[in-house]
Amino acid sequence: MTVRAKKAPVRVLIAKPGLDGHDRGAKVVARALRDAGMEVVYAGLRQTPEEIVRAAVEEDVDLIGLSILSGAHMALFPRVLALLKKEKAGNIPVFAGGIIPDEDARRLRKAGIRAIFGPGASLEEIVRTAQRLARPRA
Amino acid sequence: MTGERRGALPVRQIRAGDRRALGRAISAIENGAPEADALLKALYRETGRVRIVGFTGPLGVGKSSLINALVAHLRGQGRRVAVIAVDPSSPFSGGSVLGDRIRFDRPADDDGVFFRSMASRGAAGGVAAATREAARILEVAGFDDILVETVGSGQVDTAIRDIATTSVVVLVPHLGDEVQTLKAGLFEIADVFCVNKADLPGADAARRDLVELAALGTERGGWRSPVVLTSTVEPSGIPALWEAVEAHEAYLERSGRRPEAERRRLAKEIVGRVRDHVDAELTERLERDPELRRLLDQVVAREVDPRTAAERLHRTRRARG
Repeated sequence: MTVRAKKAPVRVLIAKPGLDGHDRGAKVVARALRDAGMEVVYAGLRQTPEEIVRAAVEEDVDLIGLSILSGAHMALFPRVLALLKKEKAGNIPVFAGGIIPDEDARRLRKAGIRAIFGPGASLEEIVRTAQRLARPRA
Repeated sequence: MTGERRGALPVRQIRAGDRRALGRAISAIENGAPEADALLKALYRETGRVRIVGFTGPLGVGKSSLINALVAHLRGQGRRVAVIAVDPSSPFSGGSVLGDRIRFDRPADDDGVFFRSMASRGAAGGVAAATREAARILEVAGFDDILVETVGSGQVDTAIRDIATTSVVVLVPHLGDEVQTLKAGLFEIADVFCVNKADLPGADAARRDLVELAALGTERGGWRSPVVLTSTVEPSGIPALWEAVEAHEAYLERSGRRPEAERRRLAKEIVGRVRDHVDAELTERLERDPELRRLLDQVVAREVDPRTAAERLHRTRRARG
């Protein structure tokens, strides 16, 4: 006997890896995703890749959003992707936002970051992409 | 849910405390998935032995920070601890920001801890429908203590007592005068009172009011809720808070109250599940009933009042069987 939920909300982890105190953007995105009906686990500042992956696994998220303004993305993002694979969670899509030069963005996409948003991105665009990444067949 | 996660839940991995398996099992429970049904039925017999300690109280009193400090304390004693932290879902979008994890700062390689955030998804009373069953899964996974953090509670949010073996009501100085403590609801469910942020002025006055309340109260079969002062800024009182929890658990044992309390919680759980079903079925049928639409037109036109309309609808449904 189960009362079936109408539709399971998308669960998304928003985290800021590394030494970077600027979390305004992450909070704005968290709120927009909330308003789009998602359950946003907000892990906050100064997360190590290990902490991020652990949170993603325990919270069983459908999607991970990483925000970074420190410039350390080339070191931290691939590490998150590698750890996800190691934890048998490599199927969780990862997107990112922050100050990321075009050349780096190209390489990160190739490495498996599914979408990258710069300072000009609109919230609508971010929400739409998050929905598409979380529920590819919906 | 993405591709590789469909299908039966791996009981063996859950028993072994595998994080990925636990995370998925809890989601399946939250989503009312059929595989969760099978899992919970299979594992129920193995549950009912752990302490489930609930932390409730208004928003901003420091429940998350307190739990973080308690987890560190319990890990120091070698105990395995799981935390379920509930935050509210939006009644408008259904979305939620689950922010309790921010205060959680255990090292990522500590295998003796599991932390799960949970949205209330429309449940009233401060916990989610899935909280109790998620705690059972965590028990089977081998955690010794399960700490549940409620939504920042209002005066009537007392659902934690239907899950927890010990309920801790967390307050801070200057929440109001002693008359507040006489009001019904939140203050009635405390097995332990905690005055957090005790580094702030007014903590002693708050303690006095609560001690007085506990002394006035109808003594619940030999247990007087103790009042513990804590601070996580200038860390103090954390071991004393856990001692108070343990004292309450020991009292449940000594007094023979534990089976009685468990029976009450389980009765509520069973009746609640049946009620949810009946309610969902009835609501669906009533909303499709042409008689409702006809009566509603008359009520909107002020020809019939809502009480009479409800009586008629109830009567015609009963007549139809």
